[in-house]
Amino acid sequence: MTDLATRPAETSVLRKIDWPTFIRRYGAAIVLALLVLFNIIFTENFLDLRNILFVQLRQAAPTAIVALGMALVIATGGIDLSVGAVVALSGQVTAVFLLDGVPPLVALPIGILVGVAAGLFNGTLVSRFGIQPMIATLVLFTAGRGLAQVVTGGRIQTVNQPIVEFLGLGVVAGLPISVFSLIVVTVAIMLVTRFTPAGTKLLAVGGNERAAGLVGIRTKRVKTMAYVVAGGLAGFVGLLELGRIQASDATNAGLNMELDAIAAVAVAGTTLAGGTFSPGRTIVGVLMLRLLQNTLVAHGIPREVAQIAQGLIIVAAIYLLRRSRDAR
Amino acid sequence: MTDVTHEGPLLEMRGVTKSFRGARALDDATMTVGRNQIRALIGQNGAGKSTLIKILTGVYRRDGGEVRLDGNAVDFRSTADAQKAGVVTIYQEVNLVPKLSVAENIFLGRFPRRRGFVDWATMRSGARDALAKLSLDIDVTRPLGSYRVATQQMTAIARAVSLEARLLVLDEPTSSLAEREVETLFGVMRSLRDSGVSMVFVSHRMDELYEICEDVTVLRDGRTVAEESLATLNQYELVSKMLGRAAEQVASGARTSARPKQQAEPVLAVSGAASAPRLRDASLAVYAGQVQGVAGLLGSGRSELLRSVFGADPLDAGEIKVNGRTGSLRTPGEAIAARVAFLTEDRRAEGIVPHLSVRDNLTLALLPKLTKRGIVDRKRQRQIVTDYIARLGIKAQADQPIVELSGGNQQKVLLARWLATEPAVLLLDEPTRGIDVSAKAEILALVDKLAADGMGVLLVSSELEEVVSACDDVTVLRDGVSVARVSLDRLSEESLMAVMASGEAVPPSEASSPDVPQKDKADD
Repeated sequence: MTDLATRPAETSVLRKIDWPTFIRRYGAAIVLALLVLFNIIFTENFLDLRNILFVQLRQAAPTAIVALGMALVIATGGIDLSVGAVVALSGQVTAVFLLDGVPPLVALPIGILVGVAAGLFNGTLVSRFGIQPMIATLVLFTAGRGLAQVVTGGRIQTVNQPIVEFLGLGVVAGLPISVFSLIVVTVAIMLVTRFTPAGTKLLAVGGNERAAGLVGIRTKRVKTMAYVVAGGLAGFVGLLELGRIQASDATNAGLNMELDAIAAVAVAGTTLAGGTFSPGRTIVGVLMLRLLQNTLVAHGIPREVAQIAQGLIIVAAIYLLRRSRDAR
Repeated sequence: MTDVTHEGPLLEMRGVTKSFRGARALDDATMTVGRNQIRALIGQNGAGKSTLIKILTGVYRRDGGEVRLDGNAVDFRSTADAQKAGVVTIYQEVNLVPKLSVAENIFLGRFPRRRGFVDWATMRSGARDALAKLSLDIDVTRPLGSYRVATQQMTAIARAVSLEARLLVLDEPTSSLAEREVETLFGVMRSLRDSGVSMVFVSHRMDELYEICEDVTVLRDGRTVAEESLATLNQYELVSKMLGRAAEQVASGARTSARPKQQAEPVLAVSGAASAPRLRDASLAVYAGQVQGVAGLLGSGRSELLRSVFGADPLDAGEIKVNGRTGSLRTPGEAIAARVAFLTEDRRAEGIVPHLSVRDNLTLALLPKLTKRGIVDRKRQRQIVTDYIARLGIKAQADQPIVELSGGNQQKVLLARWLATEPAVLLLDEPTRGIDVSAKAEILALVDKLAADGMGVLLVSSELEEVVSACDDVTVLRDGVSVARVSLDRLSEESLMAVMASGEAVPPSEASSPDVPQKDKADD
């Protein structure tokens, strides 16, 4: 029963600038801009195109692709802890096939399919069986990397094939292949959310699942799809990582990538409760955290301290998120 | 069991006031509970029942007024405080720990100890004793959650008894019980009363109140409007006090003539619909061009009826025909495809998607129709949104998040969401709840126009005035059963109240439509 106490207060139309919300949305971009400015002044050769494209962006792109998938899952109110392990699994499966002499045209799609299957598994656990996303994806978080190690027999094997070299060092349209892929993925996601009903459905399910169900949206299917896309993207990043390492390495491929992705989504000002999604801000979040690390390390600050700095940034982002929600 | 130190009533609450962020929830509420008494506490949604109970049990603190227990002024700061004084609440959804054993639940927070360790043997035998007092013999080592709700409730009561409660507050304890279980509960309540425990009993079922309670406290708009003996107050008088409409004041605001039916066959026909646990046997018909009302007290199954029609709740029995087509709608998607629309009662929980724009919220149900070969027709979407913003006078920008709008404007957006699907049947559940007077009038005028344009409207409202003035015909639900149909020539707040209270005032033979079998199911 609703009592007066629980009756929502009427919200007034507030069109003034709401600072907490502004900083939540654009805080990551502002910090990124400050970091770029700092580096232009204090870091040698920072503005060198090769450094920007082939060091900074190439490093950040795989995480950014995974983070986009993560942002989709988080928009539904879920989370996907398994993506790092899926990166490892897809890379190892592909490596083993390539080493067995399977042609790349078959082996590479298989890697992506491994990711899609993992996503389907996660999505089914979450939406059909109603298991909490954090627990459901914990299954593949542990089992996925274990499986990757079983697949390769636990050994690191060098994969000397032109296709793997291309995945690591290839240049498409003047861009490193990972950066090019990031642009393709981002544009694709933006087009799909702009022109098809998928984006609205995603936000409706994340924003108010019951209401979404009552307007005829198949909420379970939408949620499952978010995990499938996240898994597929992780599968693709597994190929990029295989190229970067030029070897099958089940232990380190994609390690902690899920955490970097979640951190990026959080500092981008996305509520983890679901209902919001911004590809642009998610990428800014990844770039900002990566550049922060690189900047601190480049200026002689130990990596451990740099990690502490990253933690502080995340705390600040979460604090702002709460502030701006209270402001509503 | 009671040590009588004071001859007056056990509990006296006088002039209690409470506000939340400036909104008055209680304004001069009074309740007196005598010794060995079971008192009914009733009131509509928002009348302040919960607030009053929460003040009594220490969940909220009052702003003003006084509370005396055994003649002594008390001011509970927490539920633990209240429990120490012997005031315990049993909620409708048992708030114990389902994973713990029955014994652990009974002794939660006060495990018997022996040399610092939990004394399990004493705990188990203590739990068995407490349950035996209620004539219940169950395995106390099994988890509470493995038992039926009724047993869980008994466990909660056993816990209260073993806490030496002197005043039990039972907040809608019967709402999820079967008839036989209700009888068992009443037996326990009677024996507790005879052993010196007083009770406050909250229920919306009139028959139950008369069966188990001696006296009643009626709350309306945060004030106590009556404290009387049920022996001198009949059901009709009780309902009219609760709704605040004395029989002599009731204006008959009904229409002078019914809107014409635009087709001979009903556009929606429901017969014998049942959906556990609330909806038991409901039948009604909605005709194109008319507004069919559904009236009934809280908990009578009004919303559940609409949810079942819309495919949001599964139908256990009965038949639903939309546009003459049989085969009930199993999902909201199917209902929408069959041109049924459903404006839900709870705008926040089941209506708006808060951070989406007015545009996206308004076209959410229309999305499949706006999509051609996978691409959303944004141009048409913009047109439709602009059109409805103008037509319904929505004060908002299309790209503004809906959460920023006032309640009335949010409601208009949600109504537009459904109108945009061009439904043949429109289900409205409390469409004017919580919105201001002018928005309310606009929405009711719109409903009138929609019916005139040929839509079949099914309107649920707990405001009788609204039902009487807007509808051509009203079906009355009582405990999940459509007990009567009141046609326009007899439609008045008075006649509705009479049926809602007793289910008998309008003879069942009144059924004016032969195509819908009328159920005479007055609970004798």
